[in-house]
Amino acid sequence: MPEAGRKAKGNPVSGVEENGGGGLKGTGSGTVEGIGLPRKFESHGGNGSKEVPVRSVRRRELLSGNEAVARGAYAAGVRVACAYPGTPSTEILEELSRLPGVYCEWSPNEKVALEVGIGACLGGARTLVAMKHVGLNVAADPWMTLPYIGVNAGLVLVVADDPGMHSSQNEQDSRYYARMAGVPLLEPSDSLEAYRMVGAALELSERYDTPVLLRLETRVSHSRSVVEYDEERMEVDLPYRKDAAKRVMIPGHARLRHPVLLRRLEELAREAESFPFNRVEMRSDRVGIVTSGVCYHYVREAFPQASVLKLGFVHPLPERTVRDFASHFRRLYVVEELEPFLEESLKAMGLDVMGKARIPRDGELDPDRVGRCLAEIIEVDTGVKGGGWEKPELITVSLPGELPARPPVMCPGCPHRGLFYVLSRLKLVVSSDIGCYTLSVLPPIEGIDCQVCMGAGVGMALGLEKAFSGSRVNADLRGRVVGALGDSTFIHGGITGLIDMVYNRTPCTIIILDNRTTAMTGFQDHPGTGRTLMGESTHALDLEALCRAIGVDSVRVVDPWDLKATEEVLREEVGSDRTSVVISRRACTLMTRSRPAVFRVVDEECTGCRRCLRLGCPAIVLRGDKAWVDEDLCAGCSMCAQLCRPGALREVGDLD
Amino acid sequence: MTDVILAGVGGQGNVLSARILAETAMRAGYSVKTSEVHGMAQRGGSVVCMVRWEREVYSPLIPRGRADFLLAYELLEGLRFLEYLRPGGTVLVNEYRLDPLPVLRGDAAYPEESLELLREAAGNCVVLRARDLATEAGSTRAVGTVMLGALSAFLEFPDNAWEESLRERVPPKALEANLRAFVLGRKAAGERSGR
Repeated sequence: MPEAGRKAKGNPVSGVEENGGGGLKGTGSGTVEGIGLPRKFESHGGNGSKEVPVRSVRRRELLSGNEAVARGAYAAGVRVACAYPGTPSTEILEELSRLPGVYCEWSPNEKVALEVGIGACLGGARTLVAMKHVGLNVAADPWMTLPYIGVNAGLVLVVADDPGMHSSQNEQDSRYYARMAGVPLLEPSDSLEAYRMVGAALELSERYDTPVLLRLETRVSHSRSVVEYDEERMEVDLPYRKDAAKRVMIPGHARLRHPVLLRRLEELAREAESFPFNRVEMRSDRVGIVTSGVCYHYVREAFPQASVLKLGFVHPLPERTVRDFASHFRRLYVVEELEPFLEESLKAMGLDVMGKARIPRDGELDPDRVGRCLAEIIEVDTGVKGGGWEKPELITVSLPGELPARPPVMCPGCPHRGLFYVLSRLKLVVSSDIGCYTLSVLPPIEGIDCQVCMGAGVGMALGLEKAFSGSRVNADLRGRVVGALGDSTFIHGGITGLIDMVYNRTPCTIIILDNRTTAMTGFQDHPGTGRTLMGESTHALDLEALCRAIGVDSVRVVDPWDLKATEEVLREEVGSDRTSVVISRRACTLMTRSRPAVFRVVDEECTGCRRCLRLGCPAIVLRGDKAWVDEDLCAGCSMCAQLCRPGALREVGDLD
Repeated sequence: MTDVILAGVGGQGNVLSARILAETAMRAGYSVKTSEVHGMAQRGGSVVCMVRWEREVYSPLIPRGRADFLLAYELLEGLRFLEYLRPGGTVLVNEYRLDPLPVLRGDAAYPEESLELLREAAGNCVVLRARDLATEAGSTRAVGTVMLGALSAFLEFPDNAWEESLRERVPPKALEANLRAFVLGRKAAGERSGR
């Protein structure tokens, strides 16, 4: 396999091991001595080494679930991949874009991503579309009709749920999107399965002429485990043939396609019975648990003796497999995060099932929670002590009351800080959006009134303004509404709202927080940055020209580090009788990583008034009754100095 | 099973440390699982990573009361995740205090006795001034590598596995400083843990 070997070597992702994983091939032992590490351990290799065929190029890597999805997609011959970044799904496309021969794009939003994906699969290229759970809401329109028209080459939609809401506004359960659309649903439980299931999903997709939903969760996406695989790539290039009756969903055609979809689901249910990722593990003859996804691992750890039906093909359900498994037990326990998706199906089959009566429907699980929730009921039901769960012994510490929380904060020098400080000062009603700037809802700025989803900052502002303008009780708020959203967010979902605002003559100000990137998810490019995911330079969307073309009367640009100028512009625009846009433009400080200055407090001049603390900058600390700047953290934005009345905050250079 | 919790503040680099640790365990021949935090939680918030290795690992999350090692990159964060440590477990703590915003604003008090509480709770406690050691090594950002060096004194991974992992994950221009930081961490823990 010389070709694959060459690719593997030429790849920027390191960790290639040739001729077998596991063992440590001697690496720079001289260097080890060179740096003075004591040479204690000579043993090479370890207990996890596996036999692999000689001369094959095999990679053994610690991959995150997201990276594994990308690698699996590459191996399965995916040629087109689209996504809008969103935690916990973002790294799928980032990883895939590093591999050769795959067209990868950041789409403006998830709906467009899926539409591009549909075109690509119809055009004969295997396709992957990735998004976070709430992204699938945006893409739900094409998603619901795609199963009617089917695919040509395979299409897998990878959706990453976020139980526990580590970085999300809700914890909806995307599995229902498979049931609602009539699409097969696969759920991997770790990176290796994620790698393998992508290929299986694409193969299913082509064989059954349907999109496939591959559902990840945060603890699959963002956990790493060892994946061993051969560096190979399938070649899939299918001919395009026009078939309008199948692909143009006028009612007459759609009425014929819906029964096709329903028959297909019956066939898929039969397929699920023999699907290799559904696995029965018989151990205990008294305790039987049904589970899927990462919960499988929680179950194995909490109840190592329990028998387990592990489902990888979750919808349509392999009913015969489930009934066979159920026949061994008086009752089944279902372990799943979020909604009782499996539990409902099993109950509908008439089985005695225990699940959400004991396991919470909110938040994420772990082995501890699974054990705690089920140990007692399993013991009562089966007589197995604690169901086999070993309650961990905890260390006892008497903590000094509740520990202070450490919420995420806007970084030192964050341009959003200046803008939201001014909004808070002006006491405006602020409808905002999804991004780092949402953090300004926290003290001390507390500059946001409402936030729902990508782009809603614009529409909600319009609605608030219309409600206030017809109100007696809220009349004083008329003309006091602004909508504030990021550049990437505006392009994703704010543009149509702004068109509405102009069209329906709304006197309101929209602030575009243009930090020249998609910061929250880790600096992804977007149509405004002038660069693509593939690293090519391209046309950069001109926000000012776009807003003017929409019909916005006044479009102004401010530097949010300049508090006074920002306030002046906002005072002029807010409450005027026209729709206006203020572009608050400064690149994300984390991205530029350069600082124009460092500030320091001149102790004798600090009066301890704490005005600078109103910014909530993590670089400014109160020491005793005076402010102090952590010069390691200071980004040199100067906002604190602008607020300091006695002028005690000065540039370090000026002091010397 | 060996379970390690790495608790710190977003930006301190414990996500990278966790990856280096996990890849070293992999190189030493183990099956490994990690869990990481991305996105919102990284903006200066509390960040915890978990690394587990054995012949076979199931859950990527460590249950409470099971961790063999707690690497506290910051005192309060060490305290916050102390409940994951098993009785008799080892704490390696960076003697460093970073006030969270509620404390900066005077809305909450920083638990002054954090270090004493960690010492009391741990079967074995190694206290490091990781930032000083990192600075001595030539990079203030190498705090995580100091912590890993300290941890390495308790683990039987081959040195070249550690070095390979560092080489792969640390930018070339910072590598020498990080290798020095690793050795300084190892020495600091070795001296204090009596090895």
